[in-house]
Amino acid sequence: MRNFKRPVAIVASASFETPSEPSRNEVELLLPVIHDALGQVGLTQQDIGFTVSGSSDYLQGFPFAFVGALDAVGAWPPIRESHLEMDGAFALAEAVAVLQHGHVDTALVYAFARPSRGDLDRTLSIQLDPYSVAPLWPDARGLAGLQAQAMRDSGRFDSVPEVPPTHVADGCTAVVLAVGDRARELTKTPVWITGIDHRIEAPALGVRDLATSVSTRLAAESAGATDVDAAYLHVLYPHQELLLRDALGLNGQPVHSSAGPMMVGGLERIAAAAKAVAAGDARRAVAHATSGPCLQQNLVAVLDATAVLEGAAA
Amino acid sequence: MSNRVAVVGVGQTKYAAKRQDVSIAGLLREAATRALDDAGMTWADIDAVVIGKAPDMFEGVMMPELYLADALGAVGKPMLRVHTAGSVGGSTGVMATHLVSSGAHKRVLVVCFEKQSESNATWALSIRLPFTGGSVTGAGGFFAPVIRAYMRRANAPDDIGIKVAVKDRLNALNNPYAHLKLPDISEEMVRESPMLWDPIRYLETCPSSDGACAIVLADEDSAKGTPNPPAWIHGTAVRSEPTMGAGRDVVNPHAGRDCAKDVYAQAGITDPRRDIDCAEIYVPFSWYEPMWMENLGFAAEGEGWKMVDDGSTSFTGDMPINPSGGVLSSNPIGASGMCRFAEAALQVRGMAGDHQVDGARTALGHAYGGGAQFFAMWIVGSEPR
Amino acid sequence: MSADVVDEAVPPVTVIECPTRLDFSYTPGVAQSRFLRALERGEITGQRCPKCKKVYVPPRGACSMCGVATEEELVLSGKGTITTFCTTQIPSPGLVPPYVTAWIRLDGSDITSMFLIQECDPAEVRLGMRVEAVWVEEADRKADLGNISYFRPIDEPDAEYETYKDYV
Ligand SMILES: [Zn+2]
Repeated sequence: MRNFKRPVAIVASASFETPSEPSRNEVELLLPVIHDALGQVGLTQQDIGFTVSGSSDYLQGFPFAFVGALDAVGAWPPIRESHLEMDGAFALAEAVAVLQHGHVDTALVYAFARPSRGDLDRTLSIQLDPYSVAPLWPDARGLAGLQAQAMRDSGRFDSVPEVPPTHVADGCTAVVLAVGDRARELTKTPVWITGIDHRIEAPALGVRDLATSVSTRLAAESAGATDVDAAYLHVLYPHQELLLRDALGLNGQPVHSSAGPMMVGGLERIAAAAKAVAAGDARRAVAHATSGPCLQQNLVAVLDATAVLEGAAA
Repeated sequence: MSNRVAVVGVGQTKYAAKRQDVSIAGLLREAATRALDDAGMTWADIDAVVIGKAPDMFEGVMMPELYLADALGAVGKPMLRVHTAGSVGGSTGVMATHLVSSGAHKRVLVVCFEKQSESNATWALSIRLPFTGGSVTGAGGFFAPVIRAYMRRANAPDDIGIKVAVKDRLNALNNPYAHLKLPDISEEMVRESPMLWDPIRYLETCPSSDGACAIVLADEDSAKGTPNPPAWIHGTAVRSEPTMGAGRDVVNPHAGRDCAKDVYAQAGITDPRRDIDCAEIYVPFSWYEPMWMENLGFAAEGEGWKMVDDGSTSFTGDMPINPSGGVLSSNPIGASGMCRFAEAALQVRGMAGDHQVDGARTALGHAYGGGAQFFAMWIVGSEPR
Repeated sequence: MSADVVDEAVPPVTVIECPTRLDFSYTPGVAQSRFLRALERGEITGQRCPKCKKVYVPPRGACSMCGVATEEELVLSGKGTITTFCTTQIPSPGLVPPYVTAWIRLDGSDITSMFLIQECDPAEVRLGMRVEAVWVEEADRKADLGNISYFRPIDEPDAEYETYKDYV
C-alpha cells in the first residue's frame, strides 16, 4: 500500500534489548520504553488516538500475555486499542490503515517479548502444520538449515553462511506515529512512511522455492521500495540476508541486519530505519520484518525524509 | 473521510462441542467458502485475509495464520491475525473494516474460529503462574461475583438470569447453526439445573463449541455486483481499559459505555432503543443481558433487568436481543464476537431465516472480553449511510 | 488408487494425539518480588500511585490507570471488607464444594483481591462482611501468595454499602 490519503510519519521511537532480562516483568520492561518514545514528542497516552501492540502468548508461556502488558500504557479513560498475535511491525501496518480515517491523528505501536523464558527453537515448532509436521518437532534452527542448504543446491549464491544458533533476546520497542501537519508539529524530523505492505507464502516448505523470497518481492513492489539508500532487514539467520537483498533489489546500499527479540525485531528494524532517516544518515530507507519459518511472511516499509504529496497518483 | 464498507457475504459452520469431522483448516474453509458463495466471489477475488481467535493455547498451534495461509487462499496476499481475548471476533471485524474503509483493500475475507476440542481449553485458561495463589475456577468464577454485585446494585429479582436463559435457548431453536438445542427448555428446568458458581446455574452458562464464522467485506464498487443484499457498516468502535485498575467499574465498565457512545455517534443514533431494531450482544452468562442493556444505553442504570422481565428483549419484544440464540447457545470463543457481528448483518440483509426480526433495518453487533475490559461494536444497516 | 475413492468400510481417522510439553521460567518482576518477600515476613504490602494516590495490592510496578511506575510502599493490616463474592459448587483441586471466593478490599488499598473465605458457613457470607487474613505457620512461609491460607470473618459490624459499592 502506498500513496495514502493522509501521509503518516514516525515521530518517535524507543527500544530495549537484552539477552535475558533477569528481574523485570513485561509491564516494568515496557513502561520506560513507552514513556521514552512518548516523551520525545511531549505526548502522554491520553493524546494518542489509537494504540496497537504485537506479542505472542507462546513466548510468555501463558495465555492473554498482552492483557497484563496493557497495564504499562495507562488505558484510562478507556482507549481505542487492539492487539495482533504478530510481530509489532504488522501492528504498525494496521495503525497506518487506521490513521487514514479522519478521527485519529496519532498512534502508539508497541511490541514486547521475553523468549529467554522458554526454549525458543522448540516453541517455534508449533507454528507448523499441527497434524503432519509439528508432531515431528523440527526446530527453528533446523528448518533454517534446510533453507540454507536449498540455497547452496540452487547454485545461485557464491557462498551461503552456516546457520548459527537461533538468536534469543528479550526486549520491547515503542513507535509513535502521527499524520500530516500533526507530525510536523511534533517533530522537526518526521520520517514519512511512503509505502508499507506484507505478503505470506504457503506453510508447507516442500511447495516453496526456499532459495528465493517471493513474498518480500511482492511486498516491496506494492510498497514502492525503489531508489532507497539504506536497508534495515529483520534477519533471523545470516543466509536470509542474501535472499532479502535479492528480493529487494539491493545493490551496494548499506544493509543493517538484526534479529532482535522474536515478535519485536521487525518493529525495531522500522524504528531503527526511522532514526537513521531522521538523523540524516539516510534519505530514503527500506525496512523489513519477517514472521514464520524460512521467511514465510514478510513486511516491507519505505521510510522517506520527504512526504509524498497528498493525492499523488499510484 | 472514510470509504463506505459493506458486508456482502456471511458463512458459519455448524457449531458443536467437537467437530472431529474436520481439521482446523477444514473448519475455517467451511465458513469461508459459505461466505464467498454468499458474496458471489471466489478466493481469487479476495485482496487480504484477516483471522481472529482467542489464545493459541486453545488449539496448541502458535500463530495459526502461518499454517492456514494456503487453506484460506492467502498465499501471495496480506494476512493478519488479531487476538484481543473474548472480544476478538468483534475487534477482528473492526480492524478488517479499517482495511477497506482506509482504501487499502477492496475485498477482505475475515474468518474467526475456535476449535477447543483440539486441545484442553480449561487447562489453557488455568495455567497457574507461580506465586499467585489461585482460587478461581473458570470464567464463571471470575464473573459470578460481578453478577452478584449487579444484582445488589440494581435490586434485581433472582429469576432474571433464568428468563434470559430460556429466551436465548428458545431463539436457538430457529437457528440451524446453533450448538445447544433444548426444545423442552423452561424456567423450571433452568432453576433446577445445578448451581455452579452461585448465582450462576449450569443452564445460565454458555457451552464450549468448535466453530468458525466468516464474512466478506467489500468497498462500494465491489458491493454493487453481489447477488445478495449487502449490510452497510454505519460505524465501528473499540475501547479497552486495564484489568487491574483502581477505580474501574467491572459491573458497568466505562470502556463499554464509551464504545457504545462512539459507535452510535458514527451511525447517527441518538436513542438506541428507538433507532436500533435488534442487537446481537455477547452474553456468556445470562445475567450479562440486563447488565449490557444498561451499559449500552438501552436502559437507565439499574433498569436493565426490567427489559428482560417485561419481555422487551424477547424475539417478539420491541428490542429483540440475540435472536440467533447468542453465546448462550453457541460459543466458539474466538468466533463468538464475529457471530454477533455476522448475525447483526444477516438481520439487516433480511437473510436471518427463521430467526429474522421483521423489518430489521439497523442492528448492533457487540463483543467483550478479558475482565470485561475490551469492547468492540458495529452498527450495520440495510441502506448505505 | 484415485483420491475420490472412499472405502466406506474403513472408518476415518478423526483424532491423533500429539503431546506437547514446553517449559517456561516465570519472572514476577521487581515490584511483585518485593511483595513476595514481604509475604515471606508475614506482611501484606501495597504500592501507592504517585499521580492518583491509589494503593495497589498486589503491586505490579505501575498504576494501570495512570500508566506510571509506583514506588512508595506501605504495609497493610491484613483486614478488609468483602465487596462481592461467589459460592462455587464445583470441585477444584484441594477444595471441597461449596467454597466461597470473595473480592476483598484490604483496608488502606483501592483495589480488590480475590481470596478464599473459610472458618464460616458459606451461607453466612455476605456483602460488606469484615474479614482478616489467616497465615500459614511461620516455619512454612515461602515467597508465595499461598502464605495466606484464606480469610475469615472477624467480630466487627458489616461495612456500610456506600463505603464499598464502588470497589467491584
Ligand atoms: Zn494512578
